[in-house]
Amino acid sequence: MESLHDAPHSMGTTIIGVTYDGGVVLGADSRTSTGMYVANRASDKITQLTDNVYVCRSGSAADSQIVSDYVRYFLEQHTIQLGEPATVKVAANLVRLLSYQNKNMLQTGLIVGGWDKHEGGQIYSVPLGGTILKEPFTIGGSGSTYLYGFFDQAWKEGMSKEEAEKLVVKAVSLAIARDGASGGVVRTVIINADGVTRNFYTGDTLPLWHEELEAHNSLLDILSSDSPVPMST
Amino acid sequence: MSSIGTGYDLSVTTFSPDGRVFQIEYAAKAVDNSGTVIGIKCKDGIVMGVEKLISSKMMLPGSNRRIHAVHRHSGMAIAGLAADGRQIVTRAKSEATSYEKVYGEPIPVKELAERVASYVHLCTLYWWLRPFGCGVILGGYDRNGPELYMVEPSGVSYRYFGAAIGKGRQAAKTEIEKLKLSELTCRQGVIEVAKIIYGVHDEAKDKAFELEMSWVCEESNCQHQKVPDDLLEEAKAAAKAALEDMDDD
Repeated sequence: MESLHDAPHSMGTTIIGVTYDGGVVLGADSRTSTGMYVANRASDKITQLTDNVYVCRSGSAADSQIVSDYVRYFLEQHTIQLGEPATVKVAANLVRLLSYQNKNMLQTGLIVGGWDKHEGGQIYSVPLGGTILKEPFTIGGSGSTYLYGFFDQAWKEGMSKEEAEKLVVKAVSLAIARDGASGGVVRTVIINADGVTRNFYTGDTLPLWHEELEAHNSLLDILSSDSPVPMST
Repeated sequence: MSSIGTGYDLSVTTFSPDGRVFQIEYAAKAVDNSGTVIGIKCKDGIVMGVEKLISSKMMLPGSNRRIHAVHRHSGMAIAGLAADGRQIVTRAKSEATSYEKVYGEPIPVKELAERVASYVHLCTLYWWLRPFGCGVILGGYDRNGPELYMVEPSGVSYRYFGAAIGKGRQAAKTEIEKLKLSELTCRQGVIEVAKIIYGVHDEAKDKAFELEMSWVCEESNCQHQKVPDDLLEEAKAAAKAALEDMDDD
């Protein structure tokens, strides 16, 4: 039987990017798996490219990291040459050129999101083959298959920052409930004219869905106390 | 009022004892002997005009274009050796398209000017290349608004609100300085540029000339294009009338 640690690190993932009135909200789960083993249960899949542009990574962890590193480097050079912050469109274009030109070797789906002073908040989807699509919202990763119907019903234009973030957190938690390859915590990044805000929602703050059980105290706490008390159901 | 750099002017890779590169200065002379080229930055865009001296009566009007579109949003007017100018335009076009391929957005005019200047400068560094014998006025409209640049044979490029090169540049600069550019629209600017070019044209030394003008402004939807024929005719008529007024005085 193949060793648990031989399989490539993949981020069976749920990633989301949503525009709202004034900026964007990016969201992701935090599970990185090697086959059936969870290699990292608290990974950060939302990576910074510039001060105002971030990318959500899915697919092969190595591939998405290397693409992000290259794009970050190119954008830094570009910003220095231009003398002003790079636009989200330029960041997304660089991501897709790398994805498309190396499509035979890469396996990564990316969501580029950010805010710039010319076009405001924008989300660009760059899926597996290197397509680039500018969209008001987009979802990706293995967990996203469970969210298409949800977004069809719940998405609306012109949401506020709070509404958008709540939508993203709810969606990621729904996907985590159904997708075995997604799990852990929900991370969100909000980008707008005022800057960037990172949020972190632990499992116990997330809503429970449909037959999920509430978390109980660990047996270790009970066994190490003086008189063991049986768990209540 | 030229100084002869005896011995130090044979190669562009030689400095004179007083720190000059004579070949570059001679290249600039080629620009000074050409027909006048003007560019102005009005409040809503750029207007460029060229005094195209006609060398032969048998030339078709409209041939020998001196103003070239580099990209949707920018154009270049050349003074000096025309063939050298064509080379620079080709390079500028290719820089603009390759930038857009990589970055996904039109090249900022500032970046384009820097790339053109860098290319012109390149040809002043090697003994087996000669400097370009032309000056370039580059006008464009990007998301930072309208911008006007001038590139000299030495490879320097500066941003201007009014620029003139060629024979009548001194007189043209004086006239441009009189204009209140921040209040002029491009429509009005076209008329003013025509008047200036007609004004600096030397009837005695040069015979006929053809006026070629282009603009990039809000009225042209931020695209670089030839000034529309009706406006061009209006400008020519106003310029000729202004000349007659001057003669009458």
